[in-house]
Amino acid sequence: MVFLIQLLNGLQLAALLFLLSVGLSVVFGLMRFINLAHGTLFMFGAYLGVACAAAFDSFWAAFFLAPLLVAAGGAALYGILLRHIRRKSPMQQVLVTFGLIFIGFDVARMVWGRFPYSIAEPAVFAGGVQIFGQVYPAYRLFLIALGIAVMAALYLGLEKTRIGAMVRAGVDNRRMAAALGINVERVFFFVFCLGCGLAGLAGVAAAPVFPVFPGMDMPILILALIVVVVGGPGSLKGAMFGSLLVGLADTFGQVVFPEFAAATIYALMAAVLMVRPTGLFPAATVH
Amino acid sequence: MLELCGVNTFYGASRILRDVSLRVPPGKLVALLGRNGAGKSTLLKTIVGQAAAQSGRVRFDGEDITSAQPWRIARAGIAYVPEAREIFPSLTVAENLFLARRAGEWSGEKVFALFPPLKARLRHGGGELSGGEQQMLAIARALLQNPRLLLLDEPTEGLAPVVVDEIRRRLAGLKTAGPAILLVEQNHAFAAAIADQIYVLGKGEIRWHGAPAGLRADVVGAWLGVHDVRD
Ligand SMILES: Nc1ncnc2c1ncn2[C@@H]1O[C@H](COP(=O)(O)OP(=O)(O)OP(=O)(O)O)[C@@H](O)[C@H]1O
Ligand SMILES: [Mg+2]
Repeated sequence: MVFLIQLLNGLQLAALLFLLSVGLSVVFGLMRFINLAHGTLFMFGAYLGVACAAAFDSFWAAFFLAPLLVAAGGAALYGILLRHIRRKSPMQQVLVTFGLIFIGFDVARMVWGRFPYSIAEPAVFAGGVQIFGQVYPAYRLFLIALGIAVMAALYLGLEKTRIGAMVRAGVDNRRMAAALGINVERVFFFVFCLGCGLAGLAGVAAAPVFPVFPGMDMPILILALIVVVVGGPGSLKGAMFGSLLVGLADTFGQVVFPEFAAATIYALMAAVLMVRPTGLFPAATVH
Repeated sequence: MLELCGVNTFYGASRILRDVSLRVPPGKLVALLGRNGAGKSTLLKTIVGQAAAQSGRVRFDGEDITSAQPWRIARAGIAYVPEAREIFPSLTVAENLFLARRAGEWSGEKVFALFPPLKARLRHGGGELSGGEQQMLAIARALLQNPRLLLLDEPTEGLAPVVVDEIRRRLAGLKTAGPAILLVEQNHAFAAAIADQIYVLGKGEIRWHGAPAGLRADVVGAWLGVHDVRD
Protein backbone atom coordinates (compact mmCIF):
# COMPACT_ATOMS: atom_id res chain seq x y z
CA MET A 1 0.00 0.00 0.00
CA VAL A 2 3.04 2.21 0.26
CA PHE A 3 2.97 2.10 -3.52
CA LEU A 4 -0.54 3.52 -3.67
CA ILE A 5 0.28 6.32 -1.25
CA GLN A 6 3.36 7.20 -3.26
CA LEU A 7 1.33 7.09 -6.42
CA LEU A 8 -1.07 9.64 -4.93
CA ASN A 9 1.85 11.79 -3.78
CA GLY A 10 3.28 11.61 -7.28
CA LEU A 11 -0.03 12.62 -8.82
CA GLN A 12 -0.29 15.54 -6.42
CA LEU A 13 3.15 16.79 -7.44
CA ALA A 14 2.20 16.20 -11.08
CA ALA A 15 -0.92 18.37 -10.62
CA LEU A 16 1.13 21.26 -9.23
CA LEU A 17 3.75 20.85 -11.95
CA PHE A 18 1.04 20.90 -14.57
CA LEU A 19 -0.40 24.19 -13.29
CA LEU A 20 3.08 25.67 -13.32
CA SER A 21 4.45 24.27 -16.55
CA VAL A 22 1.47 24.70 -18.86
CA GLY A 23 1.89 28.47 -18.95
CA LEU A 24 5.65 28.22 -19.46
CA SER A 25 5.19 25.71 -22.24
CA VAL A 26 2.47 27.42 -24.26
CA VAL A 27 4.10 30.85 -23.93
CA PHE A 28 7.33 29.35 -25.20
CA GLY A 29 5.54 27.56 -28.03
CA LEU A 30 3.77 30.73 -29.12
CA MET A 31 6.60 33.21 -28.92
CA ARG A 32 9.84 31.39 -28.10
CA PHE A 33 9.80 33.46 -24.94
CA ILE A 34 11.43 32.06 -21.81
CA ASN A 35 10.34 33.46 -18.46
CA LEU A 36 12.54 31.94 -15.77
CA ALA A 37 10.74 34.04 -13.17
CA HIS A 38 7.71 31.78 -13.58
CA GLY A 39 8.67 30.04 -10.31
CA THR A 40 8.81 33.43 -8.62
CA LEU A 41 5.17 33.96 -9.61
CA PHE A 42 4.45 30.60 -7.95
CA MET A 43 6.12 31.86 -4.77
CA PHE A 44 4.20 35.13 -4.83
CA GLY A 45 0.99 33.18 -5.37
CA ALA A 46 1.76 31.38 -2.12
CA TYR A 47 2.68 34.56 -0.20
CA LEU A 48 -0.29 36.54 -1.52
CA GLY A 49 -2.42 33.54 -0.59
CA VAL A 50 -1.03 33.71 2.95
CA ALA A 51 -1.80 37.43 3.08
CA CYS A 52 -5.33 37.05 1.68
CA ALA A 53 -6.08 34.10 3.95
CA ALA A 54 -5.08 36.22 6.93
CA ALA A 55 -6.94 39.31 5.75
CA PHE A 56 -10.22 37.56 4.98
CA ASP A 57 -9.77 34.70 7.38
CA SER A 58 -10.70 32.35 4.56
CA PHE A 59 -8.82 29.84 2.46
CA TRP A 60 -11.22 30.25 -0.43
CA ALA A 61 -10.74 34.01 -0.56
CA ALA A 62 -7.01 33.35 -0.91
CA PHE A 63 -7.62 30.58 -3.43
CA PHE A 64 -9.51 32.85 -5.81
CA LEU A 65 -7.81 36.19 -5.14
CA ALA A 66 -4.14 35.21 -5.17
CA PRO A 67 -4.14 33.91 -8.80
CA LEU A 68 -5.89 37.10 -9.95
CA LEU A 69 -3.34 39.25 -8.15
CA VAL A 70 -0.47 37.25 -9.64
CA ALA A 71 -1.99 37.50 -13.12
CA ALA A 72 -2.28 41.28 -12.66
CA GLY A 73 1.33 41.38 -11.44
CA GLY A 74 2.37 39.35 -14.47
CA ALA A 75 0.53 41.77 -16.76
CA ALA A 76 2.30 44.73 -15.15
CA LEU A 77 5.68 43.00 -15.37
CA TYR A 78 5.04 42.31 -19.02
CA GLY A 79 4.02 45.89 -19.78
CA ILE A 80 6.95 47.42 -17.92
CA LEU A 81 9.80 45.07 -18.70
CA LEU A 82 9.23 41.81 -20.55
CA ARG A 83 7.59 43.44 -23.58
CA HIS A 84 10.92 45.03 -24.40
CA ILE A 85 12.92 41.81 -24.34
CA ARG A 86 10.32 39.75 -26.23
CA ARG A 87 12.19 40.07 -29.52
CA LYS A 88 15.65 39.86 -28.00
CA SER A 89 17.85 36.78 -28.07
CA PRO A 90 16.99 33.86 -25.78
CA MET A 91 20.18 34.61 -23.84
CA GLN A 92 18.93 38.09 -22.96
CA GLN A 93 15.55 36.71 -21.92
CA VAL A 94 17.24 34.15 -19.72
CA LEU A 95 19.52 36.73 -18.09
CA VAL A 96 16.81 39.31 -17.44
CA THR A 97 14.25 36.85 -16.09
CA PHE A 98 16.98 35.09 -14.08
CA GLY A 99 17.68 38.48 -12.50
CA LEU A 100 13.99 38.72 -11.62
CA ILE A 101 14.32 35.53 -9.58
CA PHE A 102 16.83 37.27 -7.28
CA ILE A 103 14.74 40.41 -7.06
CA GLY A 104 11.68 38.32 -6.20
CA PHE A 105 13.66 36.47 -3.56
CA ASP A 106 14.81 39.70 -1.92
CA VAL A 107 11.36 41.26 -2.05
CA ALA A 108 9.85 38.19 -0.41
CA ARG A 109 12.52 38.20 2.29
CA MET A 110 12.10 41.93 2.96
CA VAL A 111 8.33 41.78 3.18
CA TRP A 112 7.75 38.43 4.86
CA GLY A 113 11.10 37.56 6.48
CA ARG A 114 12.95 34.29 6.20
CA PHE A 115 10.69 32.13 8.33
CA PRO A 116 8.18 29.82 6.71
CA TYR A 117 4.47 30.50 6.60
CA SER A 118 1.61 28.23 5.75
CA ILE A 119 -2.13 28.43 5.10
CA ALA A 120 -4.56 26.23 6.99
CA GLU A 121 -6.38 23.95 4.59
CA PRO A 122 -10.10 24.67 4.17
CA ALA A 123 -12.40 22.97 6.66
CA VAL A 124 -14.03 20.75 3.99
CA PHE A 125 -10.71 19.12 3.17
CA ALA A 126 -9.20 19.24 6.66
CA GLY A 127 -9.57 15.59 7.50
CA GLY A 128 -8.26 12.38 6.03
CA VAL A 129 -9.80 9.86 3.69
CA GLN A 130 -9.61 6.10 4.19
CA ILE A 131 -7.92 4.47 1.22
CA PHE A 132 -7.14 0.75 1.46
CA GLY A 133 -6.84 0.98 5.20
CA GLN A 134 -4.59 4.01 5.10
CA VAL A 135 -5.53 7.56 5.96
CA TYR A 136 -4.66 9.99 3.18
CA PRO A 137 -5.09 13.77 3.63
CA ALA A 138 -8.23 14.93 1.83
CA TYR A 139 -6.60 18.20 0.80
CA ARG A 140 -3.99 16.35 -1.24
CA LEU A 141 -6.74 14.57 -3.12
CA PHE A 142 -8.26 17.99 -3.75
CA LEU A 143 -4.95 19.08 -5.33
CA ILE A 144 -5.08 16.14 -7.72
CA ALA A 145 -8.69 16.98 -8.60
CA LEU A 146 -7.73 20.62 -9.11
CA GLY A 147 -5.02 19.63 -11.58
CA ILE A 148 -7.46 17.46 -13.50
CA ALA A 149 -10.16 20.17 -13.49
CA VAL A 150 -7.79 22.85 -14.78
CA MET A 151 -6.52 20.48 -17.43
CA ALA A 152 -10.06 19.74 -18.61
CA ALA A 153 -10.93 23.45 -18.65
CA LEU A 154 -7.80 24.30 -20.63
CA TYR A 155 -8.48 21.47 -23.04
CA LEU A 156 -11.98 22.72 -23.72
CA GLY A 157 -10.80 26.32 -23.97
CA LEU A 158 -8.03 25.42 -26.40
CA GLU A 159 -9.93 22.93 -28.55
CA LYS A 160 -13.47 24.28 -28.57
CA THR A 161 -13.28 28.07 -28.53
CA ARG A 162 -12.30 30.63 -31.12
CA ILE A 163 -9.59 32.14 -28.96
CA GLY A 164 -8.27 28.61 -28.39
CA ALA A 165 -8.10 28.10 -32.15
CA MET A 166 -6.23 31.40 -32.42
CA VAL A 167 -3.69 30.20 -29.85
CA ARG A 168 -3.18 26.95 -31.74
CA ALA A 169 -2.90 28.80 -35.04
CA GLY A 170 -0.32 31.12 -33.47
CA VAL A 171 1.71 28.17 -32.17
CA ASP A 172 1.52 26.46 -35.60
CA ASN A 173 2.48 29.45 -37.66
CA ARG A 174 2.59 32.89 -36.15
CA ARG A 175 3.29 34.65 -39.44
CA MET A 176 0.27 33.15 -41.20
CA ALA A 177 -1.97 33.85 -38.19
CA ALA A 178 -0.99 37.51 -38.45
CA ALA A 179 -1.63 37.45 -42.20
CA LEU A 180 -5.22 36.47 -41.38
CA GLY A 181 -5.61 39.59 -39.27
CA ILE A 182 -5.06 37.98 -35.86
CA ASN A 183 -3.25 40.23 -33.42
CA VAL A 184 -0.86 37.52 -32.23
CA GLU A 185 0.77 39.89 -29.72
CA ARG A 186 -2.53 40.29 -27.95
CA VAL A 187 -3.24 36.56 -27.98
CA PHE A 188 0.23 36.08 -26.54
CA PHE A 189 -0.40 38.63 -23.79
CA PHE A 190 -3.62 36.88 -22.87
CA VAL A 191 -1.88 33.49 -22.71
CA PHE A 192 0.98 34.99 -20.72
CA CYS A 193 -1.38 36.44 -18.11
CA LEU A 194 -3.32 33.19 -17.92
CA GLY A 195 -0.04 31.32 -17.39
CA CYS A 196 0.92 33.74 -14.61
CA GLY A 197 -2.47 33.27 -12.98
CA LEU A 198 -2.06 29.47 -13.08
CA ALA A 199 1.41 29.78 -11.52
CA GLY A 200 -0.19 31.86 -8.76
CA LEU A 201 -2.92 29.24 -8.39
CA ALA A 202 -0.27 26.52 -8.04
CA GLY A 203 1.41 28.64 -5.34
CA VAL A 204 -1.66 29.23 -3.23
CA ALA A 205 -2.81 25.65 -3.69
CA ALA A 206 0.58 24.39 -2.53
CA ALA A 207 0.68 26.64 0.54
CA PRO A 208 -1.22 24.29 2.89
CA VAL A 209 1.16 21.43 1.96
CA PHE A 210 4.56 22.99 1.33
CA PRO A 211 6.23 25.59 3.54
CA VAL A 212 6.10 29.11 2.13
CA PHE A 213 9.54 30.73 2.34
CA PRO A 214 11.89 32.79 0.17
CA GLY A 215 13.47 30.38 -2.26
CA MET A 216 10.59 27.88 -2.34
CA ASP A 217 10.38 28.63 -6.06
CA MET A 218 13.72 27.17 -7.13
CA PRO A 219 13.19 23.41 -6.79
CA ILE A 220 9.79 23.54 -8.45
CA LEU A 221 10.98 25.89 -11.22
CA ILE A 222 13.64 23.38 -12.15
CA LEU A 223 11.10 20.55 -12.21
CA ALA A 224 8.73 22.68 -14.31
CA LEU A 225 11.47 23.43 -16.83
CA ILE A 226 12.23 19.73 -17.05
CA VAL A 227 8.52 19.12 -17.67
CA VAL A 228 8.60 21.52 -20.61
CA VAL A 229 11.69 19.84 -22.07
CA VAL A 230 10.40 16.30 -21.53
CA GLY A 231 6.81 17.02 -22.65
CA GLY A 232 7.85 19.12 -25.66
CA PRO A 233 7.10 22.82 -25.68
CA GLY A 234 3.90 24.40 -26.93
CA SER A 235 1.35 21.68 -26.33
CA LEU A 236 -1.14 20.98 -23.58
CA LYS A 237 -0.61 17.26 -24.06
CA GLY A 238 3.13 17.72 -23.59
CA ALA A 239 2.62 19.62 -20.34
CA MET A 240 0.21 16.96 -19.13
CA PHE A 241 2.34 13.90 -19.85
CA GLY A 242 5.54 15.70 -18.90
CA SER A 243 4.06 16.61 -15.50
CA LEU A 244 2.88 13.07 -14.91
CA LEU A 245 6.25 11.57 -15.79
CA VAL A 246 8.30 14.06 -13.80
CA GLY A 247 5.92 14.07 -10.80
CA LEU A 248 5.91 10.30 -10.56
CA ALA A 249 9.61 9.88 -11.29
CA ASP A 250 10.56 12.44 -8.67
CA THR A 251 8.29 10.91 -6.03
CA PHE A 252 9.21 7.29 -6.68
CA GLY A 253 12.85 8.20 -7.19
CA GLN A 254 13.00 9.50 -3.64
CA VAL A 255 11.50 6.29 -2.30
CA VAL A 256 13.22 3.72 -4.44
CA PHE A 257 16.68 5.25 -4.79
CA PRO A 258 16.87 7.72 -1.93
CA GLU A 259 20.60 8.21 -2.41
CA PHE A 260 20.19 9.07 -6.11
CA ALA A 261 16.92 10.93 -5.72
CA ALA A 262 18.09 14.06 -7.48
CA ALA A 263 19.55 12.07 -10.35
CA THR A 264 16.39 10.08 -11.25
CA ILE A 265 14.77 13.08 -12.80
CA TYR A 266 17.76 13.99 -14.93
CA ALA A 267 18.14 10.38 -16.00
CA LEU A 268 14.50 10.46 -17.09
CA MET A 269 15.09 13.65 -19.05
CA ALA A 270 18.18 12.24 -20.74
CA ALA A 271 16.35 9.02 -21.62
CA VAL A 272 13.39 10.87 -23.16
CA LEU A 273 15.63 13.23 -25.11
CA MET A 274 17.65 10.35 -26.53
CA VAL A 275 14.51 8.82 -27.99
CA ARG A 276 12.70 12.06 -28.81
CA PRO A 277 15.05 15.04 -29.00
CA THR A 278 12.21 17.58 -29.11
CA GLY A 279 10.25 16.06 -26.22
CA LEU A 280 7.26 13.76 -26.18
CA PHE A 281 4.55 15.93 -27.79
CA PRO A 282 6.06 19.12 -29.18
CA ALA A 283 3.80 21.47 -31.10
CA ALA A 284 4.61 21.55 -34.83
CA THR A 285 5.76 25.15 -35.07
CA VAL A 286 6.84 27.16 -38.10
CA HIS A 287 9.18 30.03 -37.31
CA MET B 1 -6.71 50.58 -54.92
CA LEU B 2 -3.24 49.07 -54.37
CA GLU B 3 -0.29 51.16 -55.37
CA LEU B 4 3.44 50.49 -55.03
CA CYS B 5 5.80 53.40 -55.68
CA GLY B 6 9.54 52.85 -56.08
CA VAL B 7 9.68 49.93 -53.64
CA ASN B 8 13.09 48.49 -52.72
CA THR B 9 13.26 45.35 -50.60
CA PHE B 10 16.40 43.67 -49.30
CA TYR B 11 17.16 40.32 -47.73
CA GLY B 12 20.22 41.16 -45.71
CA ALA B 13 22.57 42.90 -48.11
CA SER B 14 21.05 41.57 -51.32
CA ARG B 15 18.59 43.83 -53.05
CA ILE B 16 15.67 41.73 -54.23
CA LEU B 17 13.23 44.40 -55.47
CA ARG B 18 14.49 47.45 -57.37
CA ASP B 19 12.27 50.52 -57.62
CA VAL B 20 9.16 48.48 -58.20
CA SER B 21 6.02 50.45 -59.05
CA LEU B 22 2.74 48.72 -59.71
CA ARG B 23 -1.00 49.38 -59.48
CA VAL B 24 -3.97 47.11 -58.98
CA PRO B 25 -7.24 48.92 -59.79
CA PRO B 26 -10.46 48.00 -57.93
CA GLY B 27 -12.15 44.84 -59.20
CA LYS B 28 -9.40 44.04 -61.72
CA LEU B 29 -7.21 40.98 -62.02
CA VAL B 30 -3.54 41.85 -62.40
CA ALA B 31 -1.02 39.10 -63.11
CA LEU B 32 2.60 39.29 -62.05
CA LEU B 33 4.89 37.12 -64.16
CA GLY B 34 8.54 36.26 -63.84
CA ARG B 35 11.03 33.44 -63.68
CA ASN B 36 12.11 31.56 -60.58
CA GLY B 37 13.87 33.90 -58.21
CA ALA B 38 12.68 37.06 -59.96
CA GLY B 39 11.25 38.38 -56.68
CA LYS B 40 7.53 37.75 -57.19
CA SER B 41 6.95 36.23 -53.77
CA THR B 42 9.06 38.94 -52.17
CA LEU B 43 6.80 41.53 -53.77
CA LEU B 44 3.70 39.96 -52.19
CA LYS B 45 5.49 39.63 -48.85
CA THR B 46 6.37 43.30 -49.01
CA ILE B 47 2.71 44.18 -49.52
CA VAL B 48 1.52 42.13 -46.54
CA GLY B 49 4.33 43.33 -44.29
CA GLN B 50 6.28 40.06 -44.04
CA ALA B 51 9.25 41.67 -45.78
CA ALA B 52 10.14 45.29 -45.08
CA ALA B 53 10.51 47.81 -47.89
CA GLN B 54 13.71 49.74 -47.33
CA SER B 55 12.43 52.63 -49.39
CA GLY B 56 9.37 53.42 -51.48
CA ARG B 57 5.70 53.36 -50.51
CA VAL B 58 2.89 50.84 -50.48
CA ARG B 59 -0.57 52.43 -50.45
CA PHE B 60 -3.91 50.71 -50.12
CA ASP B 61 -6.99 52.82 -50.80
CA GLY B 62 -4.83 55.88 -50.37
CA GLU B 63 -3.64 54.78 -46.94
CA ASP B 64 0.11 54.24 -46.43
CA ILE B 65 0.64 50.66 -45.24
CA THR B 66 4.38 50.47 -45.94
CA SER B 67 5.42 49.73 -42.38
CA ALA B 68 2.08 48.74 -40.88
CA GLN B 69 1.90 45.57 -38.82
CA PRO B 70 0.87 42.51 -40.85
CA TRP B 71 -2.35 41.92 -38.88
CA ARG B 72 -3.42 45.51 -39.48
CA ILE B 73 -2.77 45.16 -43.20
CA ALA B 74 -4.97 42.06 -43.21
CA ARG B 75 -7.72 43.90 -41.33
CA ALA B 76 -7.49 46.74 -43.84
CA GLY B 77 -8.80 44.26 -46.41
CA ILE B 78 -5.87 42.41 -47.99
CA ALA B 79 -5.95 38.61 -47.93
CA TYR B 80 -2.88 36.56 -48.83
CA VAL B 81 -2.55 33.02 -50.17
CA PRO B 82 1.15 32.21 -49.80
CA GLU B 83 3.13 29.97 -52.11
CA ALA B 84 3.36 27.23 -49.46
CA ARG B 85 -0.38 27.56 -48.60
CA GLU B 86 0.44 27.50 -44.89
CA ILE B 87 -2.62 25.67 -43.66
CA PHE B 88 -2.62 25.31 -39.86
CA PRO B 89 -2.05 21.58 -39.25
CA SER B 90 -3.41 21.57 -35.67
CA LEU B 91 -6.68 23.14 -36.76
CA THR B 92 -9.50 21.32 -38.49
CA VAL B 93 -10.51 22.41 -41.96
CA ALA B 94 -13.52 24.20 -40.45
CA GLU B 95 -11.33 26.02 -37.93
CA ASN B 96 -8.87 26.99 -40.65
CA LEU B 97 -11.74 28.45 -42.62
CA PHE B 98 -13.66 30.32 -39.96
CA LEU B 99 -10.79 31.42 -37.70
CA ALA B 100 -10.45 34.75 -39.45
CA ARG B 101 -13.85 35.06 -41.03
CA ARG B 102 -15.12 38.59 -41.37
CA ALA B 103 -18.64 39.58 -42.31
CA GLY B 104 -19.34 40.16 -45.97
CA GLU B 105 -20.48 38.69 -49.19
CA TRP B 106 -18.43 35.50 -48.90
CA SER B 107 -20.05 32.94 -46.62
CA GLY B 108 -19.35 29.30 -45.90
CA GLU B 109 -22.04 28.31 -48.38
CA LYS B 110 -20.55 30.41 -51.12
CA VAL B 111 -17.01 29.04 -50.73
CA PHE B 112 -18.33 25.47 -50.63
CA ALA B 113 -20.12 26.14 -53.89
CA LEU B 114 -16.80 27.29 -55.34
CA PHE B 115 -14.76 24.42 -53.82
CA PRO B 116 -17.16 21.50 -53.17
CA PRO B 117 -14.47 19.05 -51.96
CA LEU B 118 -13.92 21.16 -48.83
CA LYS B 119 -17.40 20.59 -47.49
CA ALA B 120 -16.84 16.87 -47.01
CA ARG B 121 -13.54 17.50 -45.21
CA LEU B 122 -14.65 20.01 -42.57
CA ARG B 123 -13.83 17.83 -39.60
CA HIS B 124 -10.49 16.64 -40.93
CA GLY B 125 -7.23 18.05 -39.69
CA GLY B 126 -5.58 20.71 -41.83
CA GLY B 127 -2.54 18.44 -42.18
CA GLU B 128 -4.55 15.57 -43.71
CA LEU B 129 -5.46 17.29 -46.97
CA SER B 130 -4.02 16.62 -50.42
CA GLY B 131 -2.08 19.39 -52.15
CA GLY B 132 -5.06 20.42 -54.26
CA GLU B 133 -7.39 20.48 -51.26
CA GLN B 134 -4.87 22.53 -49.31
CA GLN B 135 -4.79 25.06 -52.11
CA MET B 136 -8.58 25.24 -52.19
CA LEU B 137 -8.63 25.67 -48.42
CA ALA B 138 -6.04 28.44 -48.56
CA ILE B 139 -8.05 30.33 -51.19
CA ALA B 140 -11.35 29.71 -49.37
CA ARG B 141 -9.79 30.89 -46.10
CA ALA B 142 -8.67 34.08 -47.81
CA LEU B 143 -12.10 34.66 -49.41
CA LEU B 144 -13.84 34.28 -46.04
CA GLN B 145 -11.85 37.26 -44.84
CA ASN B 146 -13.97 39.12 -47.38
CA PRO B 147 -10.98 41.08 -48.63
CA ARG B 148 -11.06 43.91 -51.12
CA LEU B 149 -7.76 42.67 -52.52
CA LEU B 150 -6.65 39.06 -52.84
CA LEU B 151 -2.98 38.16 -53.30
CA LEU B 152 -2.39 34.72 -54.83
CA ASP B 153 1.13 33.29 -55.05
CA GLU B 154 1.37 30.59 -57.76
CA PRO B 155 -1.90 28.87 -56.85
CA THR B 156 -1.37 25.96 -59.23
CA GLU B 157 2.28 25.24 -58.47
CA GLY B 158 3.05 21.61 -57.78
CA LEU B 159 -0.48 20.32 -58.41
CA ALA B 160 -1.59 17.49 -60.68
CA PRO B 161 -2.75 18.65 -64.14
CA VAL B 162 -6.44 17.85 -63.52
CA VAL B 163 -6.36 19.87 -60.30
CA VAL B 164 -4.55 22.71 -62.05
CA ASP B 165 -7.37 22.90 -64.58
CA GLU B 166 -9.99 22.90 -61.87
CA ILE B 167 -8.31 25.66 -59.84
CA ARG B 168 -7.85 27.74 -62.98
CA ARG B 169 -11.52 27.42 -63.85
CA ARG B 170 -12.44 28.54 -60.31
CA LEU B 171 -10.09 31.51 -60.53
CA ALA B 172 -11.61 32.58 -63.82
CA GLY B 173 -15.00 32.39 -62.10
CA LEU B 174 -13.76 34.52 -59.21
CA LYS B 175 -12.81 37.27 -61.56
CA THR B 176 -16.34 38.41 -62.23
CA ALA B 177 -17.68 38.08 -58.71
CA GLY B 178 -14.74 38.68 -56.47
CA PRO B 179 -12.31 41.19 -55.06
CA ALA B 180 -9.41 42.75 -56.94
CA ILE B 181 -6.72 40.12 -57.46
CA LEU B 182 -2.97 40.24 -57.77
CA LEU B 183 -2.01 36.85 -59.16
CA VAL B 184 1.57 35.57 -59.29
CA GLU B 185 1.96 33.05 -62.11
CA GLN B 186 4.64 31.32 -64.10
CA ASN B 187 2.35 30.25 -66.88
CA HIS B 188 2.06 33.34 -69.06
CA ALA B 189 -0.45 31.80 -71.45
CA PHE B 190 -2.92 31.30 -68.62
CA ALA B 191 -2.16 34.74 -67.18
CA ALA B 192 -2.68 36.38 -70.55
CA ALA B 193 -6.02 34.63 -70.90
CA ILE B 194 -7.38 35.71 -67.56
CA ALA B 195 -5.72 39.01 -66.56
CA ASP B 196 -6.75 42.62 -67.22
CA GLN B 197 -3.19 43.82 -66.77
CA ILE B 198 0.17 42.09 -66.79
CA TYR B 199 3.40 43.05 -65.07
CA VAL B 200 6.63 41.25 -65.88
CA LEU B 201 9.25 41.10 -63.14
CA GLY B 202 12.84 40.22 -64.05
CA LYS B 203 15.72 40.19 -61.58
CA GLY B 204 13.79 42.40 -59.19
CA GLU B 205 12.73 45.05 -61.70
CA ILE B 206 9.48 45.61 -63.56
CA ARG B 207 10.53 44.95 -67.18
CA TRP B 208 7.21 45.39 -68.91
CA HIS B 209 3.59 46.09 -68.15
CA GLY B 210 0.47 46.47 -70.18
CA ALA B 211 -2.64 44.74 -71.44
CA PRO B 212 -2.26 40.98 -72.10
CA ALA B 213 -2.71 41.47 -75.85
CA GLY B 214 0.47 43.52 -75.93
CA LEU B 215 2.70 40.84 -74.40
CA ARG B 216 5.12 40.21 -77.28
CA ALA B 217 7.50 37.38 -77.98
CA ASP B 218 10.59 39.47 -77.26
CA VAL B 219 9.43 40.23 -73.69
CA VAL B 220 8.48 36.61 -73.20
CA GLY B 221 11.81 35.44 -74.57
CA ALA B 222 13.86 37.84 -72.49
CA TRP B 223 12.08 37.58 -69.10
CA LEU B 224 9.75 34.59 -69.19
CA GLY B 225 9.40 31.27 -70.96
CA VAL B 226 12.23 29.18 -72.26
CA HIS B 227 13.66 28.42 -68.84
CA ASP B 228 10.24 27.54 -67.58
CA VAL B 229 9.96 23.79 -67.93
CA ARG B 230 6.85 23.29 -65.87
CA ASP B 231 4.11 24.13 -68.33
N1 LIG C 1 14.20 34.71 -46.66
C1 LIG C 1 15.12 34.96 -47.62
N2 LIG C 1 16.39 35.29 -47.29
C2 LIG C 1 17.31 35.56 -48.24
N3 LIG C 1 17.07 35.52 -49.56
C3 LIG C 1 15.84 35.19 -49.96
C4 LIG C 1 14.79 34.89 -49.02
N4 LIG C 1 13.67 34.61 -49.70
C5 LIG C 1 13.98 34.71 -51.01
N5 LIG C 1 15.28 35.07 -51.18
C6 LIG C 1 15.95 35.31 -52.46
O1 LIG C 1 15.29 36.39 -53.07
C7 LIG C 1 15.17 36.16 -54.47
C8 LIG C 1 13.74 36.29 -54.88
O2 LIG C 1 12.98 35.29 -54.24
P1 LIG C 1 11.42 35.13 -54.45
O3 LIG C 1 10.98 34.01 -53.58
O4 LIG C 1 10.77 36.44 -54.24
O5 LIG C 1 11.33 34.72 -55.98
P2 LIG C 1 10.10 34.22 -56.83
O6 LIG C 1 10.03 35.10 -58.01
O7 LIG C 1 8.89 34.12 -55.97
O8 LIG C 1 10.56 32.78 -57.28
P3 LIG C 1 9.73 31.40 -57.42
O9 LIG C 1 9.10 31.44 -58.77
O10 LIG C 1 10.77 30.36 -57.34
O11 LIG C 1 8.75 31.35 -56.31
C9 LIG C 1 15.77 34.80 -54.74
O12 LIG C 1 17.06 34.98 -55.25
C10 LIG C 1 15.82 34.14 -53.40
O13 LIG C 1 16.93 33.28 -53.32
MG1 LIG D 1 7.77 32.63 -55.32
